[in-house]
Amino acid sequence: MNQRKWREWAISLPSMGWLVFFFVLPTLLVCSIAFRPRSINGGIGEGWTFGTWLDVLQPSYPLVVWRTLWLSAATTVICLLLAVPVAYWLARLSREARNWMLLLIILPFWTNFLIRVFAWWSLLHSEGWLKHTLVWMGVASPDTQLLYNEWAVLLVLVYTYIPFAILPLFASAEKFDFGLLDAARDLGAGKLRAFMSVFIPGISQGMITAFVVVFIPALGSYAIPEIVGGPQSEMIGNKIAQKVFVDRNLPHASALATLLALVVLLPVIYSIITQRKQKRTGGTKRQ
Amino acid sequence: MDGFIELRGIRKKFQGVPAVDDASLTLKRGEVFSLLGPSGCGKTTLLRILGGFETPDAGRIIIDGQDISDLPPNKRPINTVFQNYALFPHLSLWDNVGFGLKMAGKSRKVIDEEVERMLELVDLVDHADKKPHQISGGQKQRVAIARALINKPQLLLLDEPLAALDLKLRQRMLLELDRIHDEVGITFLYVTHDQGEAMSLSDRIAVMNHGKIEQIGRPVEVYEAPSSSFVAAFIGDTNFFKAHVSGTAGEDYSRLSIEGLPDVQAYNDKKLQPGQQVFLSIRPEKFRINREKPVDTERYNTIHGKILDIIYLGSNTKFRVECDGHILMITQQHARFMLDTTPLTWEEEVWVSWNADDGYMLQRYEEADTHLLNLTAEDAVP
Repeated sequence: MNQRKWREWAISLPSMGWLVFFFVLPTLLVCSIAFRPRSINGGIGEGWTFGTWLDVLQPSYPLVVWRTLWLSAATTVICLLLAVPVAYWLARLSREARNWMLLLIILPFWTNFLIRVFAWWSLLHSEGWLKHTLVWMGVASPDTQLLYNEWAVLLVLVYTYIPFAILPLFASAEKFDFGLLDAARDLGAGKLRAFMSVFIPGISQGMITAFVVVFIPALGSYAIPEIVGGPQSEMIGNKIAQKVFVDRNLPHASALATLLALVVLLPVIYSIITQRKQKRTGGTKRQ
Repeated sequence: MDGFIELRGIRKKFQGVPAVDDASLTLKRGEVFSLLGPSGCGKTTLLRILGGFETPDAGRIIIDGQDISDLPPNKRPINTVFQNYALFPHLSLWDNVGFGLKMAGKSRKVIDEEVERMLELVDLVDHADKKPHQISGGQKQRVAIARALINKPQLLLLDEPLAALDLKLRQRMLLELDRIHDEVGITFLYVTHDQGEAMSLSDRIAVMNHGKIEQIGRPVEVYEAPSSSFVAAFIGDTNFFKAHVSGTAGEDYSRLSIEGLPDVQAYNDKKLQPGQQVFLSIRPEKFRINREKPVDTERYNTIHGKILDIIYLGSNTKFRVECDGHILMITQQHARFMLDTTPLTWEEEVWVSWNADDGYMLQRYEEADTHLLNLTAEDAVP
């Protein structure tokens, strides 16, 4: 190993070590627990078994997994749709105005996440301010329930994750050469067409990052559906929590967590493989 | 055909500061027209107004009889070669060049044929599949030109297209641009701060300063007959003299008195009357330097001076000569062969002469323009 390579390794060693000890090993531990029997007192029993996995295949789960997937996907799509124009707008602002706006965007982080979710709960509550306003406007009837359904969960998910979508998209948009939009307009593209055919590909890296930082955490949501959702809007995170705290069935919870991790990992692995292949063949060919 | 493209009274202010101030231009079909001026003179703003990227505060743009002032960029029969090329980084050269036709909704077949043809024009067919980051600056330049020409615009705008290239490449691209223009015959509007580029490429030049068009003319006109001290000093180098008309010298010539110098003659195309003040511009290469006093001829002015500096530059030699308080910048081509066999040296007494036709009377003079000259400020005309 030459000196430079060695130095590169040395620099990344602390963070690599951190990741291995506090992320990779715990994940593998959780995976392994999924193959252990449960003990009667709520702990982990002796020996190995595949029994838990048979339990996980029970018919109520596909619905929860499906709901988790679509809520996360919808959250991601809505966040991207809203965040892309914001990123574009931010990147075109003057430096000073932009810094103020960025501050406003990250301002909610100064309040505890749970408190913000509870704030939504009180807004959406039957006696809440939002509900009253809607009734007063005649949009909702007094017995409309805003809380405890999938829409409430989706709303709060979007609210929670949108800053995470805006920031990477803005980072990309800031580096984007807006002269390219002029060039596209010059060559006959309308405003929207120029935006779609030049700006969107131009910030694709930010789109990928935004997708990852919204979709993956959304999949693991637990507190939001717990507080503003109801029994009909449970996500897989709630199931895992229920298995840990209520049923005291750690192997079952581990199996569900492993399942979730696989759902996240498989597309990532797939994209890494296809990207490698693309690199090897030397880019895209003329269509 | 006259008046193919017309700009009438274009004005544009940025935060109250005029960037373009009442600019009017007329371009002929098929000509190469240059907007020449220092940075900040408003030439790029004028170009962006033509392209539709800036809205003028006042003025109209007419192309081939059609008023396009209110059309967005994508509806104008104008395409642009941008200063930094603005190639789409995510598209191959092929798709970059084909972008315009794709936007126009042309069929795959038409696009393929045309892109092939344009890439042949700029000699880049072999690189069609590459992405912009894989090619050199000169190649990017050619892609940008091909991409802008594919829609067959009525007017091609070129915004300092050679500024990012090194000197050698710039000269090659100039010839290339000339060839492309001959081939496609489209009207070119070329924006540059480089007088060499403008002079060599253009049929006509508009010299801009402080948002105003100072002079429009063929390269030889703006060089030989500059209307203002700015044009005279910005294009090439010159010497300024402050003079009074003291009398006439034949029908078209005036006798001028310049402080400290004997009276000189100059061609009076401005019909100035005796007593009027005038500024004279004389190009450095118009002077002749001699050790012996030249034989007096009718239309020649001769003054006496002393050589201060000699700057030998190979193809020519520059002299700084002091003549009764005036410091003259004089250029002599192949000085060795045109002058006496023994070369002139410092401190030598010489005779400086020039033809009365070569002293050109300026319409406008600004003291500040002397800073554009190659002379230093304290050496400038007193």
